[in-house]
Amino acid sequence: MTQVYERERVSMSSPARTHKVPGVRWRPRLISTGRHTLLILVSLICLMPFYWMLISAFKDNGQIFAVPIKWWPDPIHWENLARTWNSPGFPYLHMLGNSIFYSVTVTIGTVLSCAAAGYSLARLRFPGRNLLFVLTVATLMIPTIVTFIPTYVLFRYAGLIGSYAPLIIPAFLGNGFFIFMMRQFFLTIPWELSEAAKMDGASEFRIFWQIMLPLVKPALIVVAVFSILYTWQDFFGPLVYLSDPSQYPLSLGLFAFQGQRTTDWSALMMGSLLTTLPLIIVFAFAQRYFLEGITMTGMKG
Amino acid sequence: MSPLRRREARAGFFFVLPWLVSLLVFTIYPIIATIFFSFTDYNIIQAPHWIGLANYQTMFTADPDFWRSVGNSAYYALISVPLGLIMALLLALLLNAHARGIGIYRTIFYLPTLVPPVASTIIFMLLFTPNSSGLINMLLGIFGIPAQGWLTDANQARPVLIFLSLWGLGAATLIFLAGLQDIPATLLEAATIDGAGYWRRFWHITLPLLSPVLLFNLVMGVISSFQVFTQALVVGGTTGAPQGSTLMFMVIIYRSAFRYFSMGYASALSVLLFVVVLIVTLLIFWSARLWVFYEGGRS
Repeated sequence: MTQVYERERVSMSSPARTHKVPGVRWRPRLISTGRHTLLILVSLICLMPFYWMLISAFKDNGQIFAVPIKWWPDPIHWENLARTWNSPGFPYLHMLGNSIFYSVTVTIGTVLSCAAAGYSLARLRFPGRNLLFVLTVATLMIPTIVTFIPTYVLFRYAGLIGSYAPLIIPAFLGNGFFIFMMRQFFLTIPWELSEAAKMDGASEFRIFWQIMLPLVKPALIVVAVFSILYTWQDFFGPLVYLSDPSQYPLSLGLFAFQGQRTTDWSALMMGSLLTTLPLIIVFAFAQRYFLEGITMTGMKG
Repeated sequence: MSPLRRREARAGFFFVLPWLVSLLVFTIYPIIATIFFSFTDYNIIQAPHWIGLANYQTMFTADPDFWRSVGNSAYYALISVPLGLIMALLLALLLNAHARGIGIYRTIFYLPTLVPPVASTIIFMLLFTPNSSGLINMLLGIFGIPAQGWLTDANQARPVLIFLSLWGLGAATLIFLAGLQDIPATLLEAATIDGAGYWRRFWHITLPLLSPVLLFNLVMGVISSFQVFTQALVVGGTTGAPQGSTLMFMVIIYRSAFRYFSMGYASALSVLLFVVVLIVTLLIFWSARLWVFYEGGRS
């Protein structure tokens, strides 16, 4: 935050300097206006697909494709909501439940395993730690598909295809990206704290659980929100591992629905809206953590 | 080792044990197994049967879809990655210099990345509806541009996928923005006092100091663009409609493995993808010595 202010001071000092030269005082204002115009234009482009989804969800097909463009549904087809919600091809509440189950269990597993592994890699000394850290970073460069086929074969031999087990079990063992993130957070905590607790005779587990974890709570929330986001958006895993439509999470359910209703655009837009909405709600409450997480990933790269 | 050090090592090992198991079972073993499967004929039901280089031979000489998907994926990566980087950097520069309203713009730019890929692809399919009643075609019509075929035209379907990837530019933009905000204001100020204009400050201070972030975004962008799957499958199915133009490399791997259950062939394709990603990543890191600036002279 302080840096933003510093920069503002810089940009405010430059107009003062140009000020001395007569006749160029209008330039900063012109640049600022131009910049705002551009930013607003880009914002409109970013928001347009959202807006079109939202209004199309409450139109009928005739209104969606009306010439000239109808920027507002008239009349508003509120019944589209119930029509999609109750459609046998899109059992919304059921799939919402599946998505919540999937993302919550994966997130619990990810947070626990990645906090423990990240803590170990950051603050406990044991032989082979550096090698392990290098391997952890290397996993980020491996395309998912390279490990996917033998993993599928393993789960097939275990008789777990057609269940959520192959999607959830790996999360409880950790994830390279989040372990890396947790490690970077743990490195920022002062060493005196754990040293003092160690001198007082606290066990390593107690130091981790009662002293360290509460200190990295923001980091745990960052990992949790990203884990929810990625799991909610996951498509490939459920597509390969799940076969019974009653197990589908929202992403896969929406894909199946699109296969049935190729041209029923108002239903498809309502389905897209209902699939996206829970993530937007999570974002509204946890925006700070999303932004912090993104900043983190770039910095430490 | 002192008892305290030994206790620490034991705890360290214990905390990292699940991850160690994961590395062995879900990373190292599968990589070895994929390489092994790639030399076999394997349909999951019968045991893998060694056929040497036959899968690779089929791939390069007897599978027209292989070359088609390589071309499509290369086209997608070569355009969407550089274009995405330049646009994200420009947006970050626009955002950086202006503190007022920055929070709102940041939120708006990030919002599209929240939309699950299946949903965003369906939305774009509606926006780019061919004939004169699709929204994009109607907007182009205002400027007198005739209606385009978009996803029904084999030459225009891939550009639509690239537009879709550009819509999700928010994350890269925010990473650039964080990098820009890390550049010490004093440096830019000193340069301004010395009479450096905007372009000179950008080329000689901002860009060198931002180059590690640029490297990060480039590597991540390349790795993910080679793996584009969901958008291509929703648009073109497993045949890459229209006329195979959206048949991406990941789609043919998925099709071979989980539609035809040719696990051996799919493994060979995966190994090739792995090698290509590895070579490209290494080339980028190698070239980084020439263009990435590390403070403290680490380069």
